[in-house]
Amino acid sequence: MRELTYTQALREALTEEMERDPNIILMGEDIGAYGGVFRVTEGLLARFGPERVRDTPISEAGFIGMGVGLAMTGKRPVPELMFMDFALVAADSILNQAAKMRAMSGGRVKVPMVIRTQQGGGRGNGAQHSQSFEALFTHIPGFKVALPATPADAKGLLKSALRDENPVMFIEHKLLYNTKGPVPDGEYIIPLGVADVKREGQDLTIVSYSRQLLFALEAAETLQREHGISAEVIDLRCTVPMDIETIVESLRKTHRLLITHESHASCGVGAEIAMRVMETAFDELDAPIMRVAGLDVPIHVSKTLEEVVLPQPGAIVRGALRLMNGK
Amino acid sequence: MYERMVLIRAFEEACVQLYMEKEIRGSFHPCVGQEATAVGACFALNPDDYMTCTYRGHGACIAKGIDVNAAMAEMLGRRTGVSKGKGGSMHWTDPSIGLLGENAIVAAGVPIAAGAALSAQLDRNGRVALTIFGDGAINQGAFHEALNIAQLWKLPLILLCENNLYAEMTPLAKSNPLAQVADRAKGYNMRAVVVDGNDVCAVYDAVREAARLARAGEGPTFIEARTYRLLGHMIGDSESYRTKEEVAAWRERDPIKRLRAHLAQAEGVTDAEFDAIHARVQQQIEDAVKFARESPYPDPEEAYTDFWI
Ligand SMILES: Cc1ncc(C[n+]2csc(CCOP(=O)(O)OP(=O)(O)O)c2C)c(N)n1
Repeated sequence: MRELTYTQALREALTEEMERDPNIILMGEDIGAYGGVFRVTEGLLARFGPERVRDTPISEAGFIGMGVGLAMTGKRPVPELMFMDFALVAADSILNQAAKMRAMSGGRVKVPMVIRTQQGGGRGNGAQHSQSFEALFTHIPGFKVALPATPADAKGLLKSALRDENPVMFIEHKLLYNTKGPVPDGEYIIPLGVADVKREGQDLTIVSYSRQLLFALEAAETLQREHGISAEVIDLRCTVPMDIETIVESLRKTHRLLITHESHASCGVGAEIAMRVMETAFDELDAPIMRVAGLDVPIHVSKTLEEVVLPQPGAIVRGALRLMNGK
Repeated sequence: MYERMVLIRAFEEACVQLYMEKEIRGSFHPCVGQEATAVGACFALNPDDYMTCTYRGHGACIAKGIDVNAAMAEMLGRRTGVSKGKGGSMHWTDPSIGLLGENAIVAAGVPIAAGAALSAQLDRNGRVALTIFGDGAINQGAFHEALNIAQLWKLPLILLCENNLYAEMTPLAKSNPLAQVADRAKGYNMRAVVVDGNDVCAVYDAVREAARLARAGEGPTFIEARTYRLLGHMIGDSESYRTKEEVAAWRERDPIKRLRAHLAQAEGVTDAEFDAIHARVQQQIEDAVKFARESPYPDPEEAYTDFWI
């Protein structure tokens, strides 16, 4: 299979879907002439023209609100938030408008809009450019929420998102753009809301997504090599819909669950997964569920501090050992 | 136009009654006194032109052609309502008449209408989008962002500000430093006009011209329509922020009274003809209330529908 970067895979998904569906309109800051600050939309302006690849003023509330209007009138807008942190200046357009139109209108209108953005830390971008907000969009009903970790998933999930009838928060990670991986040739899509077992194992189940999944895989490698522990690693891929079934399936074999995500621990997706597992599969658990997540503090810039705030592979290994040793 | 204005007034008055009797729940912001703005604007548009408005938008929706029975059923939270009882007073939405929603968030409808205008521009289908908002909305970020983009991209958008002098309980002069609201458009190099919002013909002419320019690719127009809400911001408003004299003076300029006087004088419409109109409207409202009351409430299972498929 050919190898592509995450960026190339995303660009391929956009290109193929824009070829297929003339209603797809990209909008955002520096996405056209400049090609996007993470280069995802490079070349798309030349290919699809300025009507469909639109550079906007720095007006997140404005152009995402316009995305709602476009979507309600038959278009498929794909506004890009340069950094997820900026979702907060457009919070009304996203949370009160896009998420609610369909229900408030009794189904008379739909908002098929994909908000593309990237989040996460690890680059020293500081507290206003490193946050991860998937829990917020998981909490407010109305969106589907995708967080691909690999190039193949990035392409397949984005293609699904661009065919969905609902608003989708499509959340990339700034430190994944240059990662490489195999991407199938030809047409394929990956449905939203289906988790993927990225590594099979017997002793415990580790659930993660986005960049943290790579840390989970690294930790699983260490656990095997240095401790003889076989970890199964599940990539949730979407927090909405949330595929608990695949996790429970794995627990029937391993009976131990560790959840790890980069975003803050409190009221995070890990808490939600744990609760749902308790509600549906408490009897499968041989040990309390373990969580390894971001500290509940703003994300500091200095490398030594940022690495304390964001959970590193070593923390996952330590968590897994505690889980296995029952203390 | 007269009949539609009377219909709006009668609809709102019936709702005031139903609200007092607790048959209507939640928020209700009557547009009594602002009927000329709603009717003048919507009658100047084509049926397939887009529109967004606010929680005070019953007038505009009725002027645009919403089904009055379904609207009343929505007020009473019934399954037969425009939004199956899920939206209520502040969220009437009906794409079949181009209505992309009232909106309960001040100014949120402005970028949505701008998006619809962009949609029309891309499809080259000659449609325009009208967005109606209050004088309070001109201080919101979303409003400014949308105006800037609309002018930059020459969108076929008509921005109609219903300047009724108050934002909730705050008088206009306490919330913005402009001598006149329409001056807001200057900062965006946008065409702006001021009209008497209680003169249905003046509003009609202004919107008609704005729509003509928009369809011709001349971009957006900002229209300030000066009007007044004769009732409080919502039911239960003590109206301590304005004087009885002020309200009485505006009652003299009641847009329905004015149009009636004009029609009687200039067109020779007789009292009997007016009576017939009022009787027709009365019947229509009674039928709507009956329809709404006799309609079922949504089933509990409905809570999970119209969502994520
Ligand atoms: C963003 C936002 N802030 C505050 C409110 C509460 N609120 C509802 S109506 C209103 C006044 C708006 O006044 P104006 O825009 O002049 O419209 P009018 O009610 O006079 O028609 C306020 C402050 C709201 N709905 N949305």
